[in-house]
Amino acid sequence: MEHIELFFKSIFIDNMVFATFLGMCSYLAVSKKVTTAVGLGAAVIFVLAITVPLNWLLDQYILQPGALSWLGEEYASYDLSFLSFIMFIATIATMVQLVEIIVEKFSPSLYNSLGIFLPLIAVNCAILGGSLFMQSREIATLGLATTYGVGSGIGWFLAILAIAAIREKIRYSNVPPALRGLGITFIITGLMAIGFMSFGGMLTGGDEEEKTEKTAQIETVKDNSTTKEIANNTKVID
Amino acid sequence: MGKDSKLILDPLADNNPITIQVLGICSALAITAELEASIVMSISVLFVLAVGNVVISLMRNIIPSKIRIIVQLIVVATLVIIVDLVLKAFAYELSKTLSVFVGLIITNCIIMGRFEAFALGNSPWRSFLDGIGNSLGYAVILIIVGFFRELLGSGTLLGIPVLGNPIPGELSGLYAYGYENNGFMLLSPMALIVVGIIIWVQRTKNKALIED
Repeated sequence: MEHIELFFKSIFIDNMVFATFLGMCSYLAVSKKVTTAVGLGAAVIFVLAITVPLNWLLDQYILQPGALSWLGEEYASYDLSFLSFIMFIATIATMVQLVEIIVEKFSPSLYNSLGIFLPLIAVNCAILGGSLFMQSREIATLGLATTYGVGSGIGWFLAILAIAAIREKIRYSNVPPALRGLGITFIITGLMAIGFMSFGGMLTGGDEEEKTEKTAQIETVKDNSTTKEIANNTKVID
Repeated sequence: MGKDSKLILDPLADNNPITIQVLGICSALAITAELEASIVMSISVLFVLAVGNVVISLMRNIIPSKIRIIVQLIVVATLVIIVDLVLKAFAYELSKTLSVFVGLIITNCIIMGRFEAFALGNSPWRSFLDGIGNSLGYAVILIIVGFFRELLGSGTLLGIPVLGNPIPGELSGLYAYGYENNGFMLLSPMALIVVGIIIWVQRTKNKALIED
């Protein structure tokens, strides 16, 4: 259940392009044709599915405060979290290079369709963004991190596929000259983002129930205990 | 001198990194709901791009071209860590607002784009000017977008109310005449539409920039 929820949440509600504007540069540059858009989108899913879990492991066992305790007692107080940017980007750049070599060796046909996009991806904000959001949202397990990576990749894929299809069609429309190309693409993306906002209601039902439960708890506490205890309880609940 | 000043002035309008070169859009859109955040983001990018350009330009003759992307990424990542730590130390609240977007300066295409296109082939001083020029061009757009979104969305600028007091019962300024904030401006899709309109206005003024 947790997996399904996170999966749909990362595709629709926290869509990389429409909710957080990640990977916009390649989204705008490579969306002129559907076929190239599909190639880049597939490469993004592929790389996100590999790098997010990998960076999750790095974060859990090397970077977090106290994460080094598996090395021994004396390492338990180390906090390397300031290194996370450099570690994440190095992992991503290395993985992209590695994936490129492996794909080239074992599946030349896949390489021909994905190949040219792979180097582009190392500097795609969506990839680093996926890892950074994974860290800041404190995703709990390796499985969930993989789900999150795949889900956000699919979300990005959907977005670029949709805009590429629209841009192919819009060539036949009479757009004001100054708005042609980039301008109209921005505005369409904005309108699509407004559309995607409506998915926001999809999963909030459960959250609201939880919230009302919490406030109910606080109120019962208020009724039969001193103010000090209320403060303690709300802290715990928060 | 004429050449050097061109390096700074060009990216401000006719070769703007955001509206013409289409670089660095990601961070430009996500954090512009408040003017203050846009300004801090611009300063961070200014620092990273100017210093990074100089560093890459100094090393341009010793970087093997095969691994240049990794070298560039490490240089940017180091500079961004500095910015992140400084922000956490001196502007903690703001660094919470910017959240992952400080980290995403690393993959900001303006930075890699300028390293590749300019710093690898030019002297440190010219690269420095190019860095300043391009980050100012980036800053201009960020500040325009931030200005309109904060003004129309919450009626404030830099957190100071400029359109009067919107609290019911003590209405003043424009609000007394029935004006209301457009909360929609604070949501992320509006950033895209505002940038789209900026592009529209710019290209209407300068026909040479129109794409076919």
